Amino acid sequence: MPMKALTGNEAMAEAMRQINPDVVAAYPITPATEVVQLFASFVADGLVDTEFVAVESEHSAMSACIGASAAGGRVITSTSSQGLALMHEVLYIAAALRLPIVICEVNRSLSAPINIHCDHSDTMGSRESGWMHIFAEESQEAYDSIIQAMKIAEHVYLPMMVSTDGFIISHCMQRIDMLRDKEVKDFIGKYKPHHSLLLTDKPYTVGPLDLQDYYFEHKRQQIETMMNAAPVIKKVGREFGEKFGRYYGLFEEYKMRDADNVVIAAGSAAGTAKAAVEEAREKGMKAGLLRIRVMRPFPHKEIANALKDKKIISVLDRSDSMSTMGGPIFVEMKSALYDIKNHLPMCNYIYGLGGREIDVEDIIRVFKRGEVYKEKGIEKKIDFVGLRE
Amino acid sequence: MKEGWKDLPIGCTIEKGGTSRDFKTGDWRSERPEFLKDKCNNCLLCFIYCPDDAILMKDDKVVGIDYDYCKGCGICEKVCTAKAIETKPER
Amino acid sequence: MKKPFEIRWHGRGGQGAKTAALLFGDAAMATGKYIQAFPEYGPERMGAPVQAFNRLSDEPIHIHSGIKKPEVVVVLDETLMKTQPITEGLGKDGILLVNTKSTPGEIKATYGLKDIKVYTVDASGISKETIGKEIPNTPMLGAVIGVTNVLDFDRFMRDVTEKLKIKFRNRPQIVEGNIRSIKRAYEEVA
Repeated sequence: MPMKALTGNEAMAEAMRQINPDVVAAYPITPATEVVQLFASFVADGLVDTEFVAVESEHSAMSACIGASAAGGRVITSTSSQGLALMHEVLYIAAALRLPIVICEVNRSLSAPINIHCDHSDTMGSRESGWMHIFAEESQEAYDSIIQAMKIAEHVYLPMMVSTDGFIISHCMQRIDMLRDKEVKDFIGKYKPHHSLLLTDKPYTVGPLDLQDYYFEHKRQQIETMMNAAPVIKKVGREFGEKFGRYYGLFEEYKMRDADNVVIAAGSAAGTAKAAVEEAREKGMKAGLLRIRVMRPFPHKEIANALKDKKIISVLDRSDSMSTMGGPIFVEMKSALYDIKNHLPMCNYIYGLGGREIDVEDIIRVFKRGEVYKEKGIEKKIDFVGLRE
Repeated sequence: MKEGWKDLPIGCTIEKGGTSRDFKTGDWRSERPEFLKDKCNNCLLCFIYCPDDAILMKDDKVVGIDYDYCKGCGICEKVCTAKAIETKPER
Repeated sequence: MKKPFEIRWHGRGGQGAKTAALLFGDAAMATGKYIQAFPEYGPERMGAPVQAFNRLSDEPIHIHSGIKKPEVVVVLDETLMKTQPITEGLGKDGILLVNTKSTPGEIKATYGLKDIKVYTVDASGISKETIGKEIPNTPMLGAVIGVTNVLDFDRFMRDVTEKLKIKFRNRPQIVEGNIRSIKRAYEEVA
């Protein structure tokens, strides 16, 4: 397999090049700028057959993507932060019309205060839009996941975003084991749209008014599709592993078998947490990590099953839900664990907002606190890591 | 009987084009325009101005009103140059 | 999971600290290492002090936090020694490599450095003579390998030569100059 040293953005752009979509409509934004910039150069150099649409905003970008996808095209775009927020109302339309668009997303905080660095509040804001979402830990996974996302999306007919942590991953060069162009082409296969506006002998109506008499049924159908998506994500992850040697599931378990003190995290901090697990184990703690990979659909049953006999669970959240109930992953975790028999003690740490650093020592402190909570019960349900008091 | 959610086509679509034809807007009407054939000079302003394409034509001549779609807005009467359309209360 | 080998590069905006880290990472990967190369994230301003980082390992690297305890610090511009926390995080066996005309002894004395190994090389001078421009980051790559032995120099040179030949395929004299600058710095670093 060709090996290249690429940044997260370059890896995403390469995946897009190999997918060779019919249409890319995009509006570049920091820290995802290079994804669009590089892809535009691939178009200019004739390396892809894509129609590149330079638009005037992210709202227009997603709208153009929807049009192209409804016409039957294979469509990708890229954005971050405010860009994803500006797409917000159109995201719902892409999902409900069941258009398998892929977004190469780079996680960045939302204004105010204005900030270009990483946190997860942008994609967390799209949790209820009906998009599937993968948090990639690093660039290799981002590259692999975009290729998988195209296949998954086109199989279930739902759009999917794959995100990396802004700057931390998007601008970090690492070794990427690339697939050959033909391998990508064969893996994703030929796209068969459920409808195509360009087939004039088979006209159809897209997006008609849908009032009290049909809206509910259409939404119920969309819910069912999301329910059926998880097995497809698993299947495609397994198939990818069988073909190329790198397996992906709904979430990743690291040193979980005998662990009783577990950290839950998503994105690049989960990688740092792996180093923390190792060090915590050297200090005698039974530390483990469950990394959230697929955020939508949320694999609640599988996660509950993986955690059922653990003693303390610390959920790391790189955003807050502003619900006063902690970060979004914590809130979801509580829902996921409500139905299991034994009560699992679980606490929440908000960290890294606006790109604030988190390191191995920070996470070891979380494990240490877990040891205390295991014996004496949880003292602080929701706390903050790396915050000045 | 309308379909349940399991029987609907994918993506909130309707499996044919031109579906607005099935949406009869005539029952929105509280006043109906009546066409007086003898007065009509075929200037066709009513045809041009009708927002709903509800002026019926045959051989380039106005022949009547399509009450399936006419919402009774009264524009045709206003623009008529020959007083050939009269609006009357619906019923 | 072994601690990766970590390098911090200090330079000024425009001097190529980030490029040096990227080139070094790329070359290290070609010798079979897992690598990371990343800049200090922030606004890019010509002349302002900037940092860039490398991690190298024989196994996949999971850590994504900033580098606080590097094995090696490389300084592309001696004037940064006065204003920047150059030796921060350097342990007892830490290596400091400075682009300067001075000797290691002089650098140690001038800046009151103890407990670390100091190496110097006149990378600016070398680049002027070999490439014809002041591009200290290129020869510095050779010097880093010279003082750390973290990479196999011959494999490294094979890879760099190949890449330079592709990049400057119409200007062989540039390829030649760059290669000579790296070799000289590798040999002259003291």
